[in-house]
Order: sequence, then C-alpha cells, then structure tokens
Amino acid sequence: MSARKLKAISLAALAGATLLGLSACSEVPQVSVYEQGQYRGKTDARPWEGGEFKGDRAAWEKALKERARGQNEYNRIQ
Amino acid sequence: MGRMKFLCDAERCIECNGCVTACKNEHEVPWGVNRRRVVTMNDGVPGERSISVACMHCSDAPCMAVCPTDCFYKTEDGVVLHDKDKCIGCGYCFYACPFGAPQFPNGPAAFGARGKMDKCTFCAGGPEETNSAAEYEKYGSNRLAQGKLPLCAEMCSTKALIAGDADVVANIFRERVLRRGTGAEVWGWDAAYGGGERKQERKREGQS
Repeated sequence: MSARKLKAISLAALAGATLLGLSACSEVPQVSVYEQGQYRGKTDARPWEGGEFKGDRAAWEKALKERARGQNEYNRIQ
Repeated sequence: MGRMKFLCDAERCIECNGCVTACKNEHEVPWGVNRRRVVTMNDGVPGERSISVACMHCSDAPCMAVCPTDCFYKTEDGVVLHDKDKCIGCGYCFYACPFGAPQFPNGPAAFGARGKMDKCTFCAGGPEETNSAAEYEKYGSNRLAQGKLPLCAEMCSTKALIAGDADVVANIFRERVLRRGTGAEVWGWDAAYGGGERKQERKREGQS
C-alpha cells in the first residue's frame, strides 16, 4: 500500500471520527412535555343517581344540606 | 353543590378517638389501616391540642398528580376517590400526601407486596355499583348516596369534627368562633362551673 493511499485512508478515518464525535455535541431537545393524566378506572355513579334518591339531585342536596346544618348545635338551643 | 370538606376544631377535640373507631367500624377497615387518626400536639403539657386527620380531599390533590396508573378521580362534589382495581400499590401517593392519608394493608413492604391503597372516601364509596357488596368490600359504605354525611363527623360528641359542603361548614365554624369568645370561654369554663347566676353571685359577694 502506497503512502499516499494510507494517508487518504487515515484522513477519511479521521474525518469519520470527527463527525462521530461532533454528532455527540448536537442539541437534543431535553424538555419533557408532561401530559395531564386522565382517569383510567371504572366510571362511578353520582351519589344521587343510585340508591335512595333515584336521580333527584335537588332532594339529595337538600338532605345533605340539612344534615350539615344539623351539626351546628347553636341551632338546637335557639 | 360545592365542595365537600372536613373541618376539625382543635379547641373542641378531646382526643376520644370516637371518629377513628366509628370509621373503622362503619367501613370494616382492615388491620394496619387507619383512614382517620387523632394527632395530639404537646401531649400531656397544659394547652395540648388534638386534631382528627384523614384525607383532606384536596382541591389540587398531589396523590392524583403522582399516580402512575391514573386511578384517582374527583367527584363533582370534590371528593377524591380511587379505583382499587387499577392501583398497583406503588406507594407514590403515600409519599406525595402531606397528611398520610393513603395507607396500605400490608404496611411497609416491598413494591407489589403492600396491597391496594386504602384511604378515606368521605363515606362516598367508590367506582362500583352504589351500595353493592363489591363497593362495600373494596371501599366501605356509601353514606353520601344515602343522603348522610361521613360517620366520623356525624357522631363526634363535641362536634369538633364537622363535614359537608365547604360553605356550610365554614359558616358553622364562623358562628362558633364568634359566639364562644376567647380565653376560658372557649372550652366552656363558665358553662361547666357556673357562668351566669353563679358568676353574678360571686361578683355581688366581691362587691359587698
């Protein structure tokens, strides 16, 4: 192998190595884009749908509100 | 309907643990799990305070944010619930929660051996047929669907723990704070040892 050919091969190898080395310096986007998770479980009935209230939301809300107000003992002594 | 919230009045809580017992009994909570706990600060020191803690059903719940299987959901009433069938027992929610609400039946065990996460449901059951046996077995009773509030709050003897729509709860607490005053009045010295007539009597004696 002539010295000229050897020089060409080594030059090509050097160029290849330089390119490979530089490729590591390239900018890769590093900011992750987080997606808001979505509930993946089973669907749940709303409290007024099943059970005693049979879809009557207003009655359910009224019952719950009365119950909540009943926790105020000042209401009982007035 | 707004958002369901708990409120514990530290001035009233007497550390009776009735709420803890009621919760365990109502939902047949497994050993090792306490959906509700009473925490006492400065125990034994004059001025100690107790507070009943469970899931606070956060508006922006960290457990929901970190769950890798997205098994959490929030109801229209602001109750944070989860699907036990989707839970893998990773424990992320346990680390994320500042209140220690998510707990595991097998305690501190290796990943996959802790069991399904269990936490306070605000007595709202879970994603199973309302008031069914499956719902009771996994999540406990669904009192909310029966038009009732969480049992821990409803049976609280001193009404330290109150629950319900945030507006109603806040109004009750506001009225309470305004009426009870400050100092010894807060914990009912006058009520217990004679406020009205006896106090007047003592005053008269002092004056005479």
